[in-house]
Amino acid sequence: MQKNRLTWMIGGPQGSGINASAEVFAKACSRAGLRVYANIEYHSNIMGKHSFYRVRVDDEDIRSYRDTADILVALDDETLTGDGHHRRWPTHFGHLHEINEGGGVIYDSEIEFQPKESGRADLRFYPVPFMEIIKKALEEVGKGEQARRYEVMKNTVGLGASLALCDYPFDLVAEVIRSQFKGKRSEVGELNVRAARLAFEHVKQHGSAKDFPYTLKPGSEPKARILAKGYEIAAIAKLKAGCSFQTYYPISPATDESVFLERHQRDYNLLVVQCEDEISSINMAVGAAHMGVRVATATSGPGFALMVEGIGFASITEAPGPVLVLYQRGGPSTGMPTRQEQGDLQFALHPAQGDFPHIVTAPGDLRESYQDIFSAFNWAERYQMPIIVLSDKKLASVYTTIDKLELKYDRIDRGERFTGSEWTALDAKGPNDSANGHNGNGKGADVKEYLRYALTKDGISPRSRPGIPGGRFWVTSDEHDPDGHITEGVEMRMAMMHKRMGKLALVQKAIPQDQQYALHGPADAELTVVAWGSTKGTILDAIRVLEAQGKKINFLQCRLMKPFPAEAVGTILRKAKHIVSMEENYSGQLASLVTEHTGILIKDRINKYDGRPFSEDEVVRALANAYAGGKIEPVVTHVR
Amino acid sequence: MSVNTPVKLTIKDYKSELHNDWCAGCGDFGILTSIQMALAQLQLDPDKVAVFSGIGCSGKTPHYINAYGFHTLHGRVLTVATGARLANTKQTVLALGGDGDGYGIGAGYFVGAGRRNVDFAYLVHNNNVYGLTKGQASPTLAKGKKTKSMPEQSIQDGINPVAMAIASGYTFIARAYALEPKYTAGIIARAIEHRGAALVDVLQTCPTYNDLYTKEWYEGADLPEKRSRLYKLEDQGFDGKVKDPTDKQEIIAKKSAAVARSYEDEPIPIGVYYEIDLPTYEDEVFRRIPDLKETPLVEQNAFERDVNPLLEAMR
Repeated sequence: MQKNRLTWMIGGPQGSGINASAEVFAKACSRAGLRVYANIEYHSNIMGKHSFYRVRVDDEDIRSYRDTADILVALDDETLTGDGHHRRWPTHFGHLHEINEGGGVIYDSEIEFQPKESGRADLRFYPVPFMEIIKKALEEVGKGEQARRYEVMKNTVGLGASLALCDYPFDLVAEVIRSQFKGKRSEVGELNVRAARLAFEHVKQHGSAKDFPYTLKPGSEPKARILAKGYEIAAIAKLKAGCSFQTYYPISPATDESVFLERHQRDYNLLVVQCEDEISSINMAVGAAHMGVRVATATSGPGFALMVEGIGFASITEAPGPVLVLYQRGGPSTGMPTRQEQGDLQFALHPAQGDFPHIVTAPGDLRESYQDIFSAFNWAERYQMPIIVLSDKKLASVYTTIDKLELKYDRIDRGERFTGSEWTALDAKGPNDSANGHNGNGKGADVKEYLRYALTKDGISPRSRPGIPGGRFWVTSDEHDPDGHITEGVEMRMAMMHKRMGKLALVQKAIPQDQQYALHGPADAELTVVAWGSTKGTILDAIRVLEAQGKKINFLQCRLMKPFPAEAVGTILRKAKHIVSMEENYSGQLASLVTEHTGILIKDRINKYDGRPFSEDEVVRALANAYAGGKIEPVVTHVR
Repeated sequence: MSVNTPVKLTIKDYKSELHNDWCAGCGDFGILTSIQMALAQLQLDPDKVAVFSGIGCSGKTPHYINAYGFHTLHGRVLTVATGARLANTKQTVLALGGDGDGYGIGAGYFVGAGRRNVDFAYLVHNNNVYGLTKGQASPTLAKGKKTKSMPEQSIQDGINPVAMAIASGYTFIARAYALEPKYTAGIIARAIEHRGAALVDVLQTCPTYNDLYTKEWYEGADLPEKRSRLYKLEDQGFDGKVKDPTDKQEIIAKKSAAVARSYEDEPIPIGVYYEIDLPTYEDEVFRRIPDLKETPLVEQNAFERDVNPLLEAMR
């Protein structure tokens, strides 16, 4: 009997509502004090293609998914055995082979499926008459003849049936269902509860439902946890940081963040603009940033490819933003729109022509996203440059418990500003502080004149905003002088390049170390894993498993990608006995970055680029292999 | 529209100190002067004006104007201007750029801006060539035409900016001529005063590269009997203003009349082709987020937000 360690999986065609039941189940578990890690895999398609949702539940903190599940709910036959019968090149082989020994399979009894021919005699099969149950639930309110209209309730039927297996209290789930259908829709909520209960009872009567080996019990003391999706946390970080203007163009998997913000724009006086394309998104954001508003945008690879000229524009004009959350997905080109990849690191580091400063950061989980996105707005204004926060499909759509969401660095810092004709900001900087003994105005140090691109000692010129008397300035995408007028002169070009590029050293010094990198685990490990971004939780979970086997492994998590903490990373890695990188891309983009900055060559690169995130099991296997000195190979998930 | 300042502003108040590097005789001078005249005519506080431009000779215009100036990217001027305007709805926004900038590389944004009807005036310096890159055909050069630096005739047709603006939803559409600054200034002033997206297509000479549509051509010096190749719409009693914006039939009639006039090529009509008073994008934003009406985004205090209700909903 395995208690409180379970993965529940539901699969069906896109549009069949599997999200709804998976999220109800996740919430019911989270509210009862259990920890949840849930993730969805879906096709870029509106209706019909196979999608599935995994909900992993545990007493312990979990930050990744497992290869296998204990209970499978199949709304269609494809979920059981794949799409080989209607595709020349199958995209998957179903999930039957992913169910743990002795696990349960709940499926629609209308599916022509013969458990005996499945080759899994160890599993317990529960055919459930989904439509009959829906009809019965409707009959109780005199709507029996409308069953087909309520077909989407199949997912709730599947959920109800599952609860009977893992012996989870039905009422906890019913409560969540009711809370999701409020007001006018409460009647539909009741219908769903009724259908779930009928399914629950149906399976309870089934003899083999007793003594099911995987059970779930509510935690003894429910904690005040939240259960959040990644894009929600990103959006809330933006709100918390005072972002007032968000632009976007619809693109998977970035859109959800903007839609979430738009839904709440009235409550927070934040304006969300849907643009005609991503070129428009980034440039509207740059325009608004120069006006003095905290601005942001969100996109994915193909949109980012359009935005790049705007990033160079923001950087040369020293715009105080935008903050751009880049949700990576499978590339190149349109690639795999709804699938996972960490393929845009090098692209985000070198997005446009010329050398220019910008900040690239890659938080590893939702709490780090919250902090880094919040901090990004401070950095944008203080250092007057665009910020890219690297996220990805997995971090966007993961649905997981967070024990406590808080900001370690919660101060709002708007940087140096010229706030009016009183000259305070410029006086504070002092024209004589300039490296050249002048601020670039050509009129001597005593002349008090606001210059948007004044040549100050540290390269930061107090920023003004249109509308402010005495703060007049010009902005140009050309190289410019302190006024902001075009120049092609040698002296001014050099001064401006040094001014702009020099800001990166300030950034490096100012960003707290724990927002730059982290070394998890023992200092004297036999194996050092180098990784970044959303693989963090998976690697930590895997190391926990390997540690229990007595293996000494540590993990260098790189978080700030530009400016890169080269010295610290170099120091750590030079002490490492054996280094492997783990990345969800083809080439090992971080590994190359490390070499570029430290001269340390990482030869052992464990890469995955099948469009799915690493599972805990995959990382355990790959690291155990590396630990034993095995040959390093790419990781592929779904092999029959 | 910003508040008038007590001291009377003159055209000099809108001139920056920067040395100008346009070719002698460039039509851009006429447009620059027209803008400065229009700003003086409206007595706009230079601090409350922001001028945005694209890339090309015309892109340098903001540097010569004493107001907040943004010399942006090729084709993207309207996107930057839109973002700026939405961030601070108290700022008067003037956008400008070349015909290649606005009708070629920026055509998508030209359409998008019309659909939104954000309150700004957009001046297009329309000289039929890409001047700064030495005279290639621009999107307004007609098929079969060849200016002096083109190796061959253009084999693609020119677009009709007025018709494109009508189709995109601009609520003020006019055409002017760079070498008639007084008249152009009047049109620009009306475009700035108009609430909504206003397009002024300014016909402009390029003395260096456009040897087809020169000052003399516009004056009709080559005609048997010299007469201008331009006429003013109002001189023929044309009135493009929609009296009742709720009257769909009137809108269709006015739009059709404007499009019909826009295809006349000899003489070319200048003046206001179309004008309608419709809710702007800002009006729609204020309906959604009423607080922004009095206090633009840039003046909002966004730093004391309580996000707890959002987090509570996640329990």
